[in-house]
Amino acid sequence: MINPWGRSRNSMIILETKALTRRFRSLTAVDDLTFAVEAGEVFGLLGSNGAGKTTTIKMLTTLLPPDSGTALVGGFDIVRSATEVRRIIGYVPQMLSADGTLTGYENLLIFAKLYDIPRAEREKRVRDALSFMGLSESAEKLVHTYSGGMIRRLEIIQSMLHRPRVLFLDEPTVGLDPLARNAVWEHIEQLRNQYGTTIILTTHLMEEADKLCGRVLIMNRGKSAVIGVPAELKAALGKKDATLDDVFVHYAGVSLESGGGYSGAARERQTEQRVG
Amino acid sequence: MPLEKDKPSSGSDESSLRRRSGPFGAISAFIDKTFVITELEARKIRHDPSDLITRAAQPALWLLVFGQVFAGIRAIPTGSVPYLDFLSPGILAQSVLFISIFYGIAIIWERDLGIVHKFLATPTPRAALVLGKGLSASLKALSQAVIIYVLAGLLGVKINFNPLALAGVLLVVILGAVLFSTLSLVIACLVKTRERFMGIGQLLTMPLFFASSAIYPISIMPRWMQAISHCNPLTYEVDGLRSLMIAGGSSMYGFGLDIGILLAAVAVLLGIGALVYPRVAQ
Repeated sequence: MINPWGRSRNSMIILETKALTRRFRSLTAVDDLTFAVEAGEVFGLLGSNGAGKTTTIKMLTTLLPPDSGTALVGGFDIVRSATEVRRIIGYVPQMLSADGTLTGYENLLIFAKLYDIPRAEREKRVRDALSFMGLSESAEKLVHTYSGGMIRRLEIIQSMLHRPRVLFLDEPTVGLDPLARNAVWEHIEQLRNQYGTTIILTTHLMEEADKLCGRVLIMNRGKSAVIGVPAELKAALGKKDATLDDVFVHYAGVSLESGGGYSGAARERQTEQRVG
Repeated sequence: MPLEKDKPSSGSDESSLRRRSGPFGAISAFIDKTFVITELEARKIRHDPSDLITRAAQPALWLLVFGQVFAGIRAIPTGSVPYLDFLSPGILAQSVLFISIFYGIAIIWERDLGIVHKFLATPTPRAALVLGKGLSASLKALSQAVIIYVLAGLLGVKINFNPLALAGVLLVVILGAVLFSTLSLVIACLVKTRERFMGIGQLLTMPLFFASSAIYPISIMPRWMQAISHCNPLTYEVDGLRSLMIAGGSSMYGFGLDIGILLAAVAVLLGIGALVYPRVAQ
């Protein structure tokens, strides 16, 4: 059998899906998706709007049950052991998920409590998290006064308080300006280096995928079009100076008609407005 | 980017987190998490309490205008109890209803933002997410209760200050707020859009209010309406309040039955809420 992730098989698999499928009425949003992620990887799910990235993430974070197929996160089944899965994952949704009517400190404190971080450790964990993301000075300010980049950093650290084994980031830099984007990228890399967290992120920025991801999976209409290491995918195109954009166009079946439809577009733009 | 091998579990510290097992563990986790959600909402109220103040206007108008006028014309037979005394517990129940019944719209708002998604991806029991929200509605309702007690006292209503009676009123107000805010949350989870939710909320509020004994006794209602009011949990909430809030107040159904019915309704709605709440994120 061909080894689908092209590296040694004795490394630890932290997440794997088997024939994962989800339909919405007539649309098959995720279609027979099978892939595996190794512990410590930064893994990118790429695809155009409506390719099924967010639906995949929602299933892996136990928010949405699959119609068929299975997935294991940290060895736990996402349907049968959903609570166990929730203990070992962190999730930053694409949309704004920090509460603007609370302070940054309060946002973290509530999640520290929900994640059962012992009382004795709670305060230190929250303060460390704030300083890790450079938010200590804004800790007591209401989050609706934060900039988009600050909110994103707060949301990411909010999902890291319990030191999850797998962190899901859905479009982590959507709507951020290049400066804020760079800061978020740096922090994601730092998180991985410091805690060895496996990170699964979706993006439609090829620059982001190229910079952060050890491997990427390009989705097209709910199916896996290709999976591999960015450098190898570029080389395989056989084109001089190929970029990940070229790879994407080659596999993602980009057409102007594809996309998330009216409500998807509305939601995405709203998100950008609020975050940006 | 080269992928260095990391120690796979070095970042995880589940072992140091409190793990709870067995039925008692599950119950204590449920209670803990419920209060965390309530704390979250209480912190929001503390940051912006203006809502509580504007909300106080409505019960004040009902007591001052409606109450004074109808007490004056003596159109409503309330036995030995003066009409304003009869009305005050009804207005308390009404303001608990009004403050709770639109509570669910916050869920739709939080769903649009992505806050709901983040909470659902935590190991928090679903019922705790729902009950925590419901209890926070009762915080707002209690602030209304204080205002209504003060107003009623100023209007000369003879209030029962027996500590046990006050505790009973507290219990009924909390149950009423949890009940109607959870009903509201269930509706919000089912209809999923603000517009439809507002329509249904408007549609529900007035029948619930008028088909109860809040502003007139059930005995003067036409028979079909009496039947409806006996299925209306607000009737039992009003009955419980009326028996405890005012001096010489009496209960038609018995305080135990009132509480029993409210508790049962809360339990059923909590069960439904825990089932439908995860659906808003799908």
